[in-house]
Amino acid sequence: MQHTASRPDAPANQTVSDRRDSESRSTSPTPPPTMSVELSVNGKTYSLALDPRTTLLDALREHLHLTGTKKGCDHGQCGACTVHVNGRRVNACLSLAGTHEGDEITTIEGIGSLAALHPMQQSFVECDGYQCGYCTSGQIMSAVALLDEPVGPADADVREAMSGNLCRCGAYQNIVTAIQRVREKA
Amino acid sequence: MELFQLSRANDVRDAIAAGAASSGAAEGAQVRFLAGGTTLLDLMKLNVERPGRVIDISRLPLNQVEATADGGVKIGATVRNADLATHPLIRERYAVLSQALLAGASAQLRNMATTGGNLLQRTRCVYFRDTTMPCNKRTPGAGCAAIDGFNRTMAILGVSDACIASNPSDMNVALAALDATIHIEGVKGSRSVPIDAFFLLPGTTPQRETVIEAGDLITHVTLPPQPEGSRSFYLKLRDRASYEFALASAAVVVKVADGRIAHARVALGGVGTKPWHSTEAEAALADAVPDAATFARAADAALAGAQPQSQNGFKIELARRCLVHALTQATRTH
Repeated sequence: MQHTASRPDAPANQTVSDRRDSESRSTSPTPPPTMSVELSVNGKTYSLALDPRTTLLDALREHLHLTGTKKGCDHGQCGACTVHVNGRRVNACLSLAGTHEGDEITTIEGIGSLAALHPMQQSFVECDGYQCGYCTSGQIMSAVALLDEPVGPADADVREAMSGNLCRCGAYQNIVTAIQRVREKA
Repeated sequence: MELFQLSRANDVRDAIAAGAASSGAAEGAQVRFLAGGTTLLDLMKLNVERPGRVIDISRLPLNQVEATADGGVKIGATVRNADLATHPLIRERYAVLSQALLAGASAQLRNMATTGGNLLQRTRCVYFRDTTMPCNKRTPGAGCAAIDGFNRTMAILGVSDACIASNPSDMNVALAALDATIHIEGVKGSRSVPIDAFFLLPGTTPQRETVIEAGDLITHVTLPPQPEGSRSFYLKLRDRASYEFALASAAVVVKVADGRIAHARVALGGVGTKPWHSTEAEAALADAVPDAATFARAADAALAGAQPQSQNGFKIELARRCLVHALTQATRTH
């Protein structure tokens, strides 16, 4: 058994500043044990010292400060936390960060930039595929992954494939239009 | 979530040795195997599951779908639901399994959830998931809040005075109709369990849902070849069109020869405390003419033992019609 957990003596993270973590350590009399985890996110490698309970979602948001990925329900029911692991979409809230060593993680920050939007991001802008925007990064990460999945051509097929991403504003119609426009051009 | 130690198993032996340190594998196990995490981590966040050790088995070499010499198929325990649903062997020979998998959860969850994990999926009973409420499955002897509570989604078949929680899986319903065998490695060696014997009725011990013991690891599932010319179908009825658990579902495998039903397998989902293999429906179908009257008799037989609660009596008629429609679809001649 290769032990990767419970290393109270693990060195503090040296590559990423982690203000929140060090603060909680200084105020808590018995800090929880941490494990060292190496994560590859958007092509960059990060060495982190994490509480074993840390989800991939919390590692991204609270430790790497990649806050584009959102926390909605935190129980795999809304899709706001959708990221890609080795090119496939998953719910980052239902996955432990410590199980992702060696995986390639891609977040919304990794698929495009303000200067060069991903075609799906551009299409969401053009089609007005959002209102409040909270679910949008999850919607876009799902939509980008969908392009490589066996999904039928109809709008109904897209709706079914996107059912794991909820939008409480109800922007569904424009989201489907945005996705179909990208698929038509591909 | 309570603190735990997380480690990765290097091989099956390693995992079994780690799991065997737990005093049991039922509710309250101190060691849990983690594959997709879609059930386990969810329940750990709710403090329903509180293991002190979590063993990551997601990278064990159990992720293959292979044809077997007898014409069947062998499915590794860590094969993802999405990969299983779209595998050519499954699509060609076991359409009902592909359909059931694709009717379950969301694309994201299907990319995570595994074959072994889906077999061990826990109920969605709201009282089981809420540690402030009494639940005999969570705390044996505490009582059942569902029986006199919100029981609209609960089971009507296989219920007991202690528990009426329904099994939420779609995959397991298809596996029950396909005569699946579950292969388990444990401290005492390996064993193979037919799916009907794998799941336990709640009775007076609802905390025990399967025959799995401490240290047991599901390694793979095998499906026998289906009769030449048989057809299969999965129908799922639910409150919304997608990304929702079944109120009632039906998995059927039927072969018609010379105007008679030569082979029939029937399993129901959403209505049973375990994936509900209905031998009563199969007996009604055996050697009968595949018509509306036969299908109605089979559906009546399947639901004859139903015990509804205050809010879920509608499931009897819903499940009846679900099964009749699935049988009609599987035997359509045009």
